[in-house]
Amino acid sequence: MKILLFAKRNTKEILRDPINLFFGLCFPIVLLLLFSVIHSAIPADANNTMFSIEKTAPGIATFGTAFFALFSGMLLAKDRMTSFLMRLFASPMTAIDFLIGYTLPLLAMAVAQGFITFLVASLLGLPFSINTPLAILFLLPIAVLFVGLGLLCGSFLNDKAVGGICGALLTNIAGWFSGVWIPLDLIGGVFKQTAELLPFYHSVEAAKDAISGNFAGIIPHLVIVSGYAIVFYTLAALALRRKIRDE
Amino acid sequence: MNAIIIANLTKKYGTLTAVDNLNLTIKRGELFSLLGLNGAGKTTTIKMLSCLIQPTDGDAMLLGDSIMENPNAVKQKTNISPQETAVAPNLTVLENLELIAGIYGQNAETSKKSAEKMSSRFGLNDVLGKKAKTLSGGMQRRLSIAMALISDPQILFFDEPTLGLDVLARRELWALIKQLKKQVTIILTSHYLEEVEALSDRIGVMTKGRLAAVGTSAELTEQTGTASLEDAFITLSGGAL
Repeated sequence: MKILLFAKRNTKEILRDPINLFFGLCFPIVLLLLFSVIHSAIPADANNTMFSIEKTAPGIATFGTAFFALFSGMLLAKDRMTSFLMRLFASPMTAIDFLIGYTLPLLAMAVAQGFITFLVASLLGLPFSINTPLAILFLLPIAVLFVGLGLLCGSFLNDKAVGGICGALLTNIAGWFSGVWIPLDLIGGVFKQTAELLPFYHSVEAAKDAISGNFAGIIPHLVIVSGYAIVFYTLAALALRRKIRDE
Repeated sequence: MNAIIIANLTKKYGTLTAVDNLNLTIKRGELFSLLGLNGAGKTTTIKMLSCLIQPTDGDAMLLGDSIMENPNAVKQKTNISPQETAVAPNLTVLENLELIAGIYGQNAETSKKSAEKMSSRFGLNDVLGKKAKTLSGGMQRRLSIAMALISDPQILFFDEPTLGLDVLARRELWALIKQLKKQVTIILTSHYLEEVEALSDRIGVMTKGRLAAVGTSAELTEQTGTASLEDAFITLSGGAL
């Protein structure tokens, strides 16, 4: 009951901010259209599938979840700074209520965002198949990771710092190291090795494998992403618990 | 009957002792004010009593429940109005009120009724559908205090409730706090001595984390041999008259 009330409140706070709506739902569509235009500008005889919808759509759907770090971090930081969180900490809400209440709306948004992205992608030529819901499902581990990172930052930093770290820095790191903008094989070297150590590239590959039906390839990528998600979400939970205990 | 029994309550941050061995008893329905200079330990005391921070030592019993052993039971029957306005900015006034009512266990129907009651009491009826962030500072403060009362608390903590309010809004809030007296046990902190004098049954003066004196306004002036509460406060806080 308390979890749902708090989750409902957080959903309204996030969705009633037009900037969140743009980055959460519209920006992935803008990127899809942009890559589609770039792809159509490449001559067919060049045989270059770098920006084909099969490759860009899973990447953009994954990249879209990077903004959830910004949403969760900003919400928590603002709640902390306005004393709203102090009011809730003084209420009978538990640490679990807070953690799930902040996370649940963004996981629902991840599903909605993924669905809309793949729906628009289907209008641009990506077949909408039984694999599509699977790809959407595989967005959840990376979404949990980003929510965890956001909550971790929001527990300690003010909203401006969260905006800088989660909005500018993290989205750029996630974008470049995921291979969404430029395939990692084109760059290679240390950059590729670093990207392979991070979760962003593996999340995109898991979504790509799901869309293409290469189910055997999904698990190794998901294990890495889930590992990161568990570590950072646990750290966020500990930080939030500490805040509740010693506001 | 006692509402709050504080025994040896202490809070230390490293080598700094914010609250030092506080012992105090507050009766049910009493309005008790904590006075003190910045850093005297007033807010830390309120935060410990409202289970926001854990004491380093000591304990307090609020209506029979220990803040150390049963904080959830304490939280269910207390509420706090923090120093800063504490509202959800993108929620409407009605949604803010219903959210807090729900969090304290009221069902949807009761929450709605409580929200209507509070909005009438605080003059919020005309702005029920407006987002909290669009309200003036004074109206946001009213909403914030209404949110503290909607759970029908038996003990209420007011931390600097009139900070930043204009004279009219302050007097309106005084009238409301006076209405609450005897029904709810209130602990109030304030820097405004006339406010403390007008509202309080008893006053505690804190200095450097310790309770320097407790009594009515008249008792404090008598104890210090001064002519006013302000002079008594300055004397007890170690200042020069």
